[in-house]
Amino acid sequence: MPIIKTEKLTHTYSSGTPFERVAIRDIDFEAERGEYIGIIGATGSGKSTFIQHLNGLLKPTSGNVYFDGVDIHESKHHTKEIRTKVGLVFQYPEYQLFEATVFEDIAFGPKNMGISETDLKERVYEAAGFVGLSEDFMEKSPFELSGGEKRRAAIAGVIAMHPEVLILDEPTAGLDPRGQAEIIHNIMNYKNSRDATIILVTHNMEEIARNVDKIFLLRNSYLIDKGTPAEIFSDAEKLSSMGLKAPTAAIIATRLRALGLPVKEGIYTQNQLREELNAIKTKGGANA
Amino acid sequence: MLKDITLGQYFPGKTVVHRLDPRTKLVLMIAYITALFIAKGLFAYLFMFAVLLTCLTISKIKPKAILRGLRPVFIIIIFTVVLNIFFIRGETILFKYGIIEITAEGVITAVFMASRLMMLIVSTFLLTYTTSPIALTNGLEKMLNPLKKIKLPVHEFAMMMSIALRFIPTLIEETDKIISAQKSRGADFETGGLIKRAKSVLPIIVPLFISAFRRADELATAMESRCYHGGEGRTSMKVLRLSPIDYIALLFGAAIVASVILLGIYTN
Repeated sequence: MPIIKTEKLTHTYSSGTPFERVAIRDIDFEAERGEYIGIIGATGSGKSTFIQHLNGLLKPTSGNVYFDGVDIHESKHHTKEIRTKVGLVFQYPEYQLFEATVFEDIAFGPKNMGISETDLKERVYEAAGFVGLSEDFMEKSPFELSGGEKRRAAIAGVIAMHPEVLILDEPTAGLDPRGQAEIIHNIMNYKNSRDATIILVTHNMEEIARNVDKIFLLRNSYLIDKGTPAEIFSDAEKLSSMGLKAPTAAIIATRLRALGLPVKEGIYTQNQLREELNAIKTKGGANA
Repeated sequence: MLKDITLGQYFPGKTVVHRLDPRTKLVLMIAYITALFIAKGLFAYLFMFAVLLTCLTISKIKPKAILRGLRPVFIIIIFTVVLNIFFIRGETILFKYGIIEITAEGVITAVFMASRLMMLIVSTFLLTYTTSPIALTNGLEKMLNPLKKIKLPVHEFAMMMSIALRFIPTLIEETDKIISAQKSRGADFETGGLIKRAKSVLPIIVPLFISAFRRADELATAMESRCYHGGEGRTSMKVLRLSPIDYIALLFGAAIVASVILLGIYTN
């Protein structure tokens, strides 16, 4: 059974006023336990609205969201419970830090869940470990940290709730390449050690290409495509017509194919491209 | 949602009322409110109501928008009505139960007070619904210009006001986002006693303040890097100039105030 599933999910903002706007329409989505899923789409395609339904922050105008086969809006109490099982990390989460110390801030979520004092400490340290914050940080004020460290502290605040599904909205936006790599690595760590489902919303195609199992493509409130990275990135032209850019490796592969080089389909990471080109080179050398 | 709150919201339009100079509208609003307080007797009130209704019709403001704007002040109006009904003593007693006494005079005063209050508020809507915040502060600055002579920083006041107005929607949006984020971390804003609820706003207030200060800082830097240095020698892109319709409107305003005064004299 999929751990999270939506059926014909539709959401309309400011319904019944002149400012009415449909943000998402009839979205059927499914994620299995332990899957790594990427959601891509241009700005305003409905990504952020969609993920806020998965932990019950927004109520669908029509359609349903199921967690482990149960409708998450079945009861108010259930919806609240879902919020801890489906962890949502918003865009720029560092702006939500508010406690006096990093420890207290990471502990906010688990405390709300009613975790006992002894377990709390363990959870906080473990969560901090996942994002690579050492114990020296724990007693610091979150406002003393650097941008990347703040972001990681905020992500730890969600991880400390031990969510079975972790959703991240543009977790690497505005960070330098090293900060980006660290965060992607942290997420992978959490996924592997807990067999958690990860849902990553991003504009960064390279990031998605390297990690995810499945991609969902949103455009103008519709879910227009889903598939493996190889399937989605095979059509670089289609992606660019939608204001998105395929990973550089996929674009190069497509161009080389157009130039008549026998590059095979379904290449979208640097490593794949390097191997393929090496293979062609040795083959070519043998032929000559 | 917080977003649905209207706060002096401007409805763009092209009617005569929209095209009036903001200064004219400000003066007319003050004149109207003064006239409301001078007005005595049923005829004067009906006249004031007719004036308001005509202006609203000309400006094409939807009745729905007015009702929505009145909603937050409804409690105050009801409060005034209740106070007047119960505390004004008169001769003709309509209802008596123990110390509670309702008199015809009380009811009449209550009705007058409520309608005066309502007309007063709606007349301010007429200004804010048809004038963009920028035009309004611009007009205010121009009107207060003479105060510069006594070293009052008029331009700075106007600038502060337009910045404050500009950031209201931004901060509302930000608050919405922070609330969602803290809810995702299991924060509970709906249940619990007073102290628990007061405590639960902390995770919203702290990030909101920090972001407001950050924005202020960024805006100050942006303004300085564009050489902003206050009002001295500053010209504006849209120069306010009174047009013939402004003079006509002002004339109408004067006529209305005069008629209310005359009505008061003749009906007494």
